[in-house]
Formats: sequence, C-alpha cells, structure tokens
Amino acid sequence: MRFEQAISEFDPVLGLEVHVELNTETKMFCGCSTTFGAAPNTQVCPVCLALPGSLPVVNGTAVESAIRIGLALNCAIAPRSRFARKNYFYPDMPKNYQISQYDEPIAVNGYLDVDVDGDTYRIGIERAHMEEDTGKSLHMGGATGRIHGADYSLVDYNRAGIPLIEIVTKPIEGTGEKAPEVARAYVAALRDILRSLGVSDVRMEQGSLRCDANVSLRPDPQGPFGTRTETKNVNSLRSVERAVRHEIERQADVLAAGGTIVQETRHWHEDTGKTTPGRTKEEAEDYRYFPEPDLAPVAASEQWVEQLRATLPEPPAQRRARLQQHWGFTDLEMRDVVNAQALELIEQTIEAGASAAGAKKWWLGELARRSNDSGVALPDLPIDAVGVARIEALVAEGTLNDKMARQVIDGILAGEGSADEVVAARGLALVSDDTALLVAVDEAIAGNPDVAQKVRDGKVAAVGALVGAVMKSTRGQADAGRVRELLVARLTGE
Amino acid sequence: MSFSYTNAVDLAAGIAAGDFSAREVATSFLDRIAETDDQLNAFLAVDVSGALATADAIDAARARGEALGPLAGVPVAVKDVLTTKGLPTTCGSKMLEGWIPAYDATVTANLRNAGAVIIGKTNMDEFAMGSSTENSAFGPTRNPWDAGRIPGGSSGGSAVAVAARQAPLSIGTDTGGSIRQPAAMTGVVGVKPTYGGVSRYGLVALASSLDQAGPFATTVADAAMLHAVMAGHDPRDSTSIDAPVPPVVQAAANPDVKGMRIGVVKQLTGEGFQREVREHFQESLDALADAGAEIVEVSCPHFEYALAAYYLILPSEASSNLAKFDAMRYGLRVGDDGDRSVEQVMALTREAGFGPEVKRRIMLGTYALSSGYYDAYYGQAQKVRTLIANDFAAAFSQADVLATPTAPTTAFPLGEKVDDPLSMYLQDIATIPANLAGIPGMSVPVGLDDQGLPIGLQFMAPAMADDRLYVAGGALEAAIGWEARP
Repeated sequence: MRFEQAISEFDPVLGLEVHVELNTETKMFCGCSTTFGAAPNTQVCPVCLALPGSLPVVNGTAVESAIRIGLALNCAIAPRSRFARKNYFYPDMPKNYQISQYDEPIAVNGYLDVDVDGDTYRIGIERAHMEEDTGKSLHMGGATGRIHGADYSLVDYNRAGIPLIEIVTKPIEGTGEKAPEVARAYVAALRDILRSLGVSDVRMEQGSLRCDANVSLRPDPQGPFGTRTETKNVNSLRSVERAVRHEIERQADVLAAGGTIVQETRHWHEDTGKTTPGRTKEEAEDYRYFPEPDLAPVAASEQWVEQLRATLPEPPAQRRARLQQHWGFTDLEMRDVVNAQALELIEQTIEAGASAAGAKKWWLGELARRSNDSGVALPDLPIDAVGVARIEALVAEGTLNDKMARQVIDGILAGEGSADEVVAARGLALVSDDTALLVAVDEAIAGNPDVAQKVRDGKVAAVGALVGAVMKSTRGQADAGRVRELLVARLTGE
Repeated sequence: MSFSYTNAVDLAAGIAAGDFSAREVATSFLDRIAETDDQLNAFLAVDVSGALATADAIDAARARGEALGPLAGVPVAVKDVLTTKGLPTTCGSKMLEGWIPAYDATVTANLRNAGAVIIGKTNMDEFAMGSSTENSAFGPTRNPWDAGRIPGGSSGGSAVAVAARQAPLSIGTDTGGSIRQPAAMTGVVGVKPTYGGVSRYGLVALASSLDQAGPFATTVADAAMLHAVMAGHDPRDSTSIDAPVPPVVQAAANPDVKGMRIGVVKQLTGEGFQREVREHFQESLDALADAGAEIVEVSCPHFEYALAAYYLILPSEASSNLAKFDAMRYGLRVGDDGDRSVEQVMALTREAGFGPEVKRRIMLGTYALSSGYYDAYYGQAQKVRTLIANDFAAAFSQADVLATPTAPTTAFPLGEKVDDPLSMYLQDIATIPANLAGIPGMSVPVGLDDQGLPIGLQFMAPAMADDRLYVAGGALEAAIGWEARP
C-alpha cells in the first residue's frame, strides 16, 4: 500500500528506543579502555569477561553523563535509582545477564521538542536508564552473517561493558503523515543534544547511537493502540525515516487484507528497504529482572544534580533561535547556515570581529562553493574563523577588494599561510596612497582628453571610462570608489 | 618437629622471634596433610612447592631484618571458592575442574600481603550449596571426630583442615551458615563477619547479598588475628563497607563480659534441637553469667519465616550468578563437535557440569524470578528480610550480643540427609537470620554430645560490632576451657 493511502486509513503510533554509547574513558563497571577499533579481546579484564569471582563497580563519570542527559531531556532525576539484572543466555554476553536498570531508572518523565516543517512536536520521554553493552559476535562462513547458517562464530568482548544509556520515548501520537519525519527529526535532535553535552560520539555508522523503532497502526486515532512491532538495526537518520515509513506501509497492507499484526521484533535491511521478522512475543525471553545485589543503589543528591545542571550547555534548538535573532537572519538563511554546518563557524567568525552579514557572505558564498567543488565539508576546509574574519576586515578597511579576497582564500586553502601572509607574499594590497593614485589619474585624463572634456561639461557618468583606465594601469589594485572620487574632483573641482 | 598443636598466634610470634623457621612450620603441616588427607579429603589442592617457596621467602626476609606481616609464615588453607592466582579454583564443581584463575581474590591478596603461607585449597559443597560437603564433585570430606560422619558444610574442608590440625588457620565462606555450622560440627571457632566487612572480590558468588568470607581457627584469638588480616574496605567490591575494621584482636585479647547483656533468642532454643545441644547451651549461658554477663531473653517472631525467605533469595541470586558457566570462556565444555549449536553446547555442558543440588537451586531460583511469580516469591522474601532485620534491631536494643545453639544437631552420618533436602536445609535454621540481616556471627565449641561429637554455640552482634563476638567468644572459651581433640 502506498504511504499516503496507509495514512488515510490508519493512524500511526510510534515509540523510539535509542541506545547511546557514552564516551567515557573506561567501561561501565571496570577500568578497561573503551577506545573504538582496538584488536579483538585486548580491552578486557576479569570483570568484563565475567571471570568467576569478579565484581562490578559503577563508573561515576557514566552516572554523571546519565544525569546530564536526563536533565537535558527535561527529565526528573531519581534521588535513588537501582541497577537490575536482565537475565538471558547469549554468547556475547559474558555473565549471561546484562546489568541494566528496570523499575528504578535514573531519569524519568521528560520531553524533547522537535521541529518538522515549521511545526513543533513535543516528544515525551518515558525514561533514560544506564546499562552495559554486550560483546560483538561475528558469524563466519554463513551466507547471511547471522548466527543461523554460520560455520562458526567469533566473539570480541572489547565492547562488553561499554556504558550505554537507553532513552525511551512515550508513545508518539498525532503525527499522522509526518510520522517518519518526526521519528527522524527526534533522533536528529537527540543526537544534537548528546553531541552538545559531549557525552557520546553519537556516530550511528559506528554504532555509538542505535535506534529501535516501535510502530503500530490503529484505524481510529482516538481508539486503543494497535499491536506494535519493534524494528531493530536502524542505523542512520535516513533509515529511521525509511524504516518507519516501510513499517507503516507493511502493517497497513496486513491490516487492510484482514490480517493481524504479530507482536515481534523485526530486522531492518538497509539494502532492500524492508523489514523481516525476528523474535515473536511468544518466543521472547522472560528476563527475570531483579535488583543487582553486587551494586549499591545510586544516590543522586539534589546538590549533585544541581551541580550537573549548571554544566548543561544551551539546548541546540534554543541556541539556534537565539543566534538567528541576534544575527538577524531569515528562517531560510538560518536553514542554509545549519545545513551547511556553518553555525559554529559563523559564530566563531563573528567572535573574531566580523559582522554577521560578512561572516555569512564568506562561509555560505565563496567557501561553500569551494566545499561543494572539493567535496570537503565546510568545517573541514583548511581555513578557520579567524582567517575569514581577517579577510572580511581587510575588505572592510579597503585593503582588499572582493576579487583580491578570493585570491587570499586561494592562498590560505593552498597552505600559503595566514591571510596577512598571503596578502604580503602575493602583493595583493590595494593602492590606497592618494599621491600614487593621482599620478595614475592624471595620466588617464591626459590619455583620454575627449572623455575628460565630457565630464568637465557635466556628463559625470562618462567618468567610468577613466576609472577603468586607472584600474587597468594599477593592475586592479586600486579602490575603484576612491579613484572615481579623485577623477571627479580633478575634473570638476568638487 | 610437629607444630600441629601450636596455635597460630604462637606460630607467628615464634617465626618472628626466630624460634623456628617458616619452612619448618610449613613442612610440619604439609606432612600432616600427607598423613591424614587420604582419609579426610579436606583438600582439593595442596600447594607444596608454593607453600615452601613462600615460607623460604619469609625466612629470607626475616634474615635480612625486614619487617614481617602479622601472619608471616603461618599456613592458611583457603576454601576453593576464593580465587588464587596460579592455583586451581574449582568451587567443588566439575564445571571449573582445571580452571586456574589469572587473579587473586582480595582476601587471597590480603593473606599474601600479611605473609601467610597459602598451603592449599579446601573441599566444599559444589558452589557452596550444602551443609555437609557431600555435594562436592570430588567426594565428601570426612569429620575427623568420626570418619563416618559429615563435617558440616559448605566449608567442610576448611573446618576439617583446622580441626584435624592440617592447617592452623583456614578461610571459609558463609552464605547461610557455611562457616558456623561446620565449625560447630568439627569443634573449632568459625566466624561470619559483618556483610561488607570482608571483600567479596574473587569470591565466586553463590548468593551475592548473603555471601561473606571468614576465618576458622582453633582459638578465638587465632580467629581474630586472621579476621583482622582478611577484612577491610575494598574499592573493587561495591558492597564493601568503607569503615575501619572492628577491633577484633583487641577484643579477643581482653574478653571481659562483665555487664554484657547476652540475649537468648526464644525462637531458637527449644523444639528441634538435640538434647545435648540444649544442655550444653544452657551450661554455657550459666558459665557466661558466672563470668559477669547478664542473660536476657529476646523474641524474634519473624525468624520462623527466615528459612523460607532464604530459600527464595539464595536460589534466585544463584540462578543468575551461575549463568556465567556456559562453556564459552573457561571451564568445562561438553558436546562441541562442530555441528552442535552454541545453545546445545551450553545446555550439554551445564547438564554434565552441575550436580543435582546446584540444578535444584537453579530451577528454584529461575522459577522464583519468573514473570508473574516475582512478587509472590522474591518480592515477599525481601519483605521478610526487612522484618528479620527489624527483629534484630529490636533484640539489640535489649542485648549487646545474641546467643543460640549454632546447629540443631551434632554431625550426622554420611548419606543420611542426601536425599532429604528439607532436613538438610534445617541445619541452618539458627544461622540463616544473620546472613539475611547482614550481621556478624561466630560459632564457638562448647562441648561434646553423648557420642563424643562437638557442639557449637553461636553469638551474633550488630553490624560492624564484630568485636563483641570476640569478647563473648573469648570469655566463653576461657570459662569452658575447651581442650578436646579429635
């Protein structure tokens, strides 16, 4: 069924679960390094290998990150939260239980506002809780890379015990046809917040931010929720939107044909754009949660929480709104700025002394063009905010014209040094000495007596030809405005 | 020269003074083990070369004039549930046969730092589940008082090692009585410290919220010396208490009970306790009263639910703690023929590797935690736990220490209760409440029954008041003048 038709017949309800790997230096419950990409099974110890007798100790920095995330998502922080064991057998889980949080999570009941096409959707946050990651299984020899059909499997426990925060939304209702975009916008907004907090690398392609999307449909928007499916392995923003859209279409097909939705996990396939069934509810494990007896409850005192609240950066959306107003940009301009990843660059360029308009002109104009041509993202170009601010200052004070400024940019991008160094090395300063300019002016008047006479007779517009002559004789390194002033003064006495 | 009947305090002093060498002491106890352990089966591993090497190092350090640790040269036997780097740690299970840990338990490290000579690893009920040491996968340990009888459990090997003077000191663990009950069965002193007083890092967990390692010794003062070395805050154990170790050595050195209020728990003295156990208990109270203690009666009405709560909490935690034995990273692996799935290999390994009592408790715990039953079982048991802690709080407002018989009976014949788990579980009726509340307890030998089998008396004290046990225990020891030997 086409998406539009599906939406006309059914009302989608979403629920999003996002797992975030924290970027702490050490694991959640031991001192092992968390560096990504190390040789397999080199970042392990008795604790994260679950050797008999080993015990977990909570990483205090991870708890701080969890509290800051909770606060940034407008959650209440539990004064006392507890870890729990989630019991199930799987070879990449060393203890065969995961230390997680169950009925006493660290953060509850928050929200995040996201914008889609000018409309704001308030996404309720049910909870954010702490847990540990599992190891990574590599299934060898099979066609699918899945465990079934593999000849053998290898397990890398480097990832086992890396701190995770799981952020779970409340049911997201009332988004209608915008559901896929809202899902994507939520994950994007969450990613921005986590990045601004500095608590995670938030790289979906590396798995440091992972999303599971719950989707259900109901015929009546006021009616009870339909049976949901949980789509896993949704590992890019684009996939979030596609997976939700696909699952809405798929479920609508099933329901329209008189079928029923099976409560199950489903697997997202990036290549086909489809989901395939995983475990059904009947097959689902009973996790036998119980409070983790090896760990004391986490006590978050009001004082500690307030200290952490004081470390929160301005929320990204609020910051964008503030800067837009401050800079006087239109919505459209601001969207261009954000899309070009130029927000920080422009902010820094203004801090370095440029005007908002000037900073935007260079970053979204000449430099955006270079970025497009070279395929290098704007923030990765070898020119910084200080350099751009200096170029803008040189133009404003009349040392450079725009054409020369572009040559300075060429020089900086070619690694020839700072703006001033490029100006000096390439001899790019405008001739601003009136005495030198007057010599050229007098030569131009002498060389074009007819034109000069017209100007003397009152046809001031004719002066353009003389300006051109002066610019030519100075090889463009004169300020054309000043040349014009000098010519007119010479010829009319004004 | 034999040091079998020299106590640990005197061994440490003699070695420090140069009266005899650590090597002589180690050799004496190694010889004793060699002579007796074929019959007793108290040891699963004897580290002859390691013990002699440590002893020689102590002697060399002394010869160089270096300061020696408090246990320098004193042999200690360690229950096979605590990890020992380079020495096998089996937990009495086929599951871990041959596993050699890469790291020391904190208790093991504390022993080494104190100069102790780790002489070997002792037999135990599999994964500490049992009260007779008959559940060991490596055969039962026998009671030196009567080789046809059990030594108690689960720390039966450690109790027997000390009772039979194979080692002057040993370490056990106590989850529901596994130090105190075998101490009573074998006529030695055994102490379960306050929960959190001794690090659990490297103690292969049975029930994390109940397990606690503690000392066995022939005297209260010896037990105190070992207790002080074992105990202390450990940042690697989040349940470890960050406070000074109670002054147990000082308490044992000056055991004066004048004015001490000793509470007799009404619910743990009558029905179900063997006649001689009751008689010796009463005689002990009289002796303590003669020494100046005030005997009062206290009531702990919720103790009758302790056993039931314990047998929900323990299996629940154990079912989860033992999940890590899955053939993936260490220990036994069965059925890995290249065709079977990982789930099949896990299942075959656990089927072959765990004994019947372990399986029974894993099933009980899995059931108690399962969805729909959690509140009725695990949840209720936790509430009982709170009520028992409240009972203790009330009792300790009337008494400084509490006293009960340690076990309802003396040592029973091998095989008698193997097929009767409930009767076996009742062995711990008097010791379980202390584990549920996290408070310390001590068993002190007080006499022999009509068949010449040892009887123990248990003292309990408030959390982190372990020193009171040593005051009461030391006073009782002095009053009774216990000198019986197996």
